[in-house]
This record gives sequence, structure tokens and C-alpha cells, in this order.
Amino acid sequence: MSINLAEIKANKVVDARGTSCPGPLLDTKIAMSTVPIGGIIETMSSDEGSKADIPVWAKATGQEFLGAVSEAGYDRIFVRRLK
Amino acid sequence: MSNKLSIVLFSGTVDKIMAASVLSSGAVAMGMDVDIFATFYGLNALRKETVGTNMRFSKDFEEMSGPLMLIMQQKHMPSWYEMMTKAKQAGNVKIHACSLVADMLDLKKENFDPIVDDICGVGTYISIAKDSQITLFI
Repeated sequence: MSINLAEIKANKVVDARGTSCPGPLLDTKIAMSTVPIGGIIETMSSDEGSKADIPVWAKATGQEFLGAVSEAGYDRIFVRRLK
Repeated sequence: MSNKLSIVLFSGTVDKIMAASVLSSGAVAMGMDVDIFATFYGLNALRKETVGTNMRFSKDFEEMSGPLMLIMQQKHMPSWYEMMTKAKQAGNVKIHACSLVADMLDLKKENFDPIVDDICGVGTYISIAKDSQITLFI
């Protein structure tokens, strides 16, 4: 089933815009424990590395990377908490 | 082998300590434990009275220290200390002070910033490093 990212309602939005690597990644990790299992985190990041790092992090830590949407000057990156 | 990053922090300049902080934060985000063995100038940089005022930069790129410090300020980038403190709050990051250098400089646990967890010998560090998936010397 494909997910329409534009219509996702995240349980928690992490606005890490303006912070550099590894800020957005660490903020996403810290926020992960605050959403219920099955819940979705949206990370807003202006750091170029995040859209590469967050999918790798999700895979390594057993979470589900749902995709990313590019906006003007930042990305919205979606991860579902699986555990 | 443990899901662990171990770092020998030998250098005491802010650019290199910053690298250790960034790598520690990344490892914490990836779910790894981190053990840092601070020795020589790296340990000297963790003295309580000077930890916040250290502006030393690597000699080989000294001409970049001014511009880089300015950029970091303008971009509101956290200092290495803030970054390391956050990594410690978010995960299991331990900073061990090298007992040889602590002894050489007559420094006790209370002479270091509270970011230092304990004083240990190289044997402890080697046993930690032997069990780590990643080991770095900075």
C-alpha cells in the first residue's frame, strides 16, 4: 500500500530546521520514544544529510522509513515507530 | 562484540573534540553505546576551570580557526560541549579519564568537569575497545 505523504498526519513533528548534522537525526531518535508504537514522526530538516541519514537510521534501528517530501529549503521526513 | 563505539580522544583542540562529539551523537542516534578514553591534551581540555573557555584550534589549519568559529556562531551551531552533553542525555556515553595523564598533571576526579565519568587505566580502555565494533583515535 503506498502512502500519500502529503496527507500524513504525524503524531509528532520535530522541527530541526536550522540545526546541522547530527542535530536532526538525534532529535528524531529522542522524539521516537514519545510516540506510541505504530505512530509517525515527521522530521523537518534543512540539513542535506538528513534525507540520507534518517532512512539508514530507521533501517538500523528497526523502524519504518515512509518517505520524504522536499519543500523550499528543507525536507519533511517520515518514520513510523515499529518498536 | 558489542554495539559500541570507542574513541581515544588524544587531541585537545576544539575542532577535534567537536569531531568526537559529532561522532558520539551519531553513534547514540544509531543506538550504540559510546566510550571515550580522554588522554594527554584531550584530557587536559576537560579540566573543570578551562573546559568552557578553550579556543585552541589545530595548528595545521590555524588560519581557518577565526572564520570557522565565526560561522559556527552565525549558524548558532552548538559547541562541542553542548553536543556531547546532549549525546550523554540521549544515550549511554561514558567519558573515562586516563589515569596516567591525570596522575602526571596531579588531577583528581573533582578537578575535571562533571562530563567526565571516571578515571581508569589503559587496560580498561583496551578491554572496552576490544569489545567495540568501531574504534577511533582522534
